[in-house]
Amino acid sequence: MTGQPFPVEAGHIMMFARAIGDENPAYTGESALAPPTFTMASAHYDPGYHLRPKPDEEWFGSGRDAGVMAEGGGGLHAEQHFEYHRPVRAGETLYAHNSTGRSWEKQGRTGRLLFSERITEYRDADGEPVVSAVTVAVVPEGPATPKDAR
Amino acid sequence: MSLSPDDIKVGETRESILVDDLKRTRIVQYAGASGDFNPLHTDERFAVEAAGYPRVFAHGMLTMGMTGRVLTDWVGTEALLRYGVRFKAQVWPGDTLTATVTVESIEDTPSGPVVHFTLRTVNQDGAEVVTGTAAARLEP
Repeated sequence: MTGQPFPVEAGHIMMFARAIGDENPAYTGESALAPPTFTMASAHYDPGYHLRPKPDEEWFGSGRDAGVMAEGGGGLHAEQHFEYHRPVRAGETLYAHNSTGRSWEKQGRTGRLLFSERITEYRDADGEPVVSAVTVAVVPEGPATPKDAR
Repeated sequence: MSLSPDDIKVGETRESILVDDLKRTRIVQYAGASGDFNPLHTDERFAVEAAGYPRVFAHGMLTMGMTGRVLTDWVGTEALLRYGVRFKAQVWPGDTLTATVTVESIEDTPSGPVVHFTLRTVNQDGAEVVTGTAAARLEP
């Protein structure tokens, strides 16, 4: 099976459900159901995920200094869409396949905004689709600058 | 748990307070569970001094996750077919969020009836922070 393996674990679902404040009993136990947005947590299993500090790499957050906003680091999450082909349960492994979707531009209040889609197909061990996720990110054009707070 | 078309009517709404006075620790908790450790959400010094924001702000996905509870409490997680949102404005520590989910239509499809929802989550000032749509399967 190709794709980035994402083992769906009961303890991880418990922590995620707590984090979103959902005490639904369906999200507990060895064969827990996963909440609808749980597949986002596959970031933990992405070895190159850029928003997790790694022991051998410089991290851009504060320490002795305030940290540095990276170029393109001004990106924000504009939209998120999920399509569910079947429920996700603890005990299975999903395989994430990433691809790039559409991209477009829009004139914002303070300049041009660049939108881009990242598509993640989560498939099961048989290659059947389980969850299709589309993330739309928006980045202001040009060098990173502090932005106005909306 | 599953609903039939008799259990749900077009125009019906459910409203729920998702969080009252959002604490920074809740945002940290979501960072840990989701794996998204962007310091914009958890590192006040970085957010203010390096990124120019007034303070840290919540992951959009925390609001989407909290909003989803109103849907899944209503139709059940297993019935969900689609769930999508736009992030309209930032959610800040101290915010109180209220979600409203409305039945827009009930559609007969070859695989059975499907309910279509619109969703709207607002802050304590009534400003939209998340809007979206969802669809769920109903029992025939």
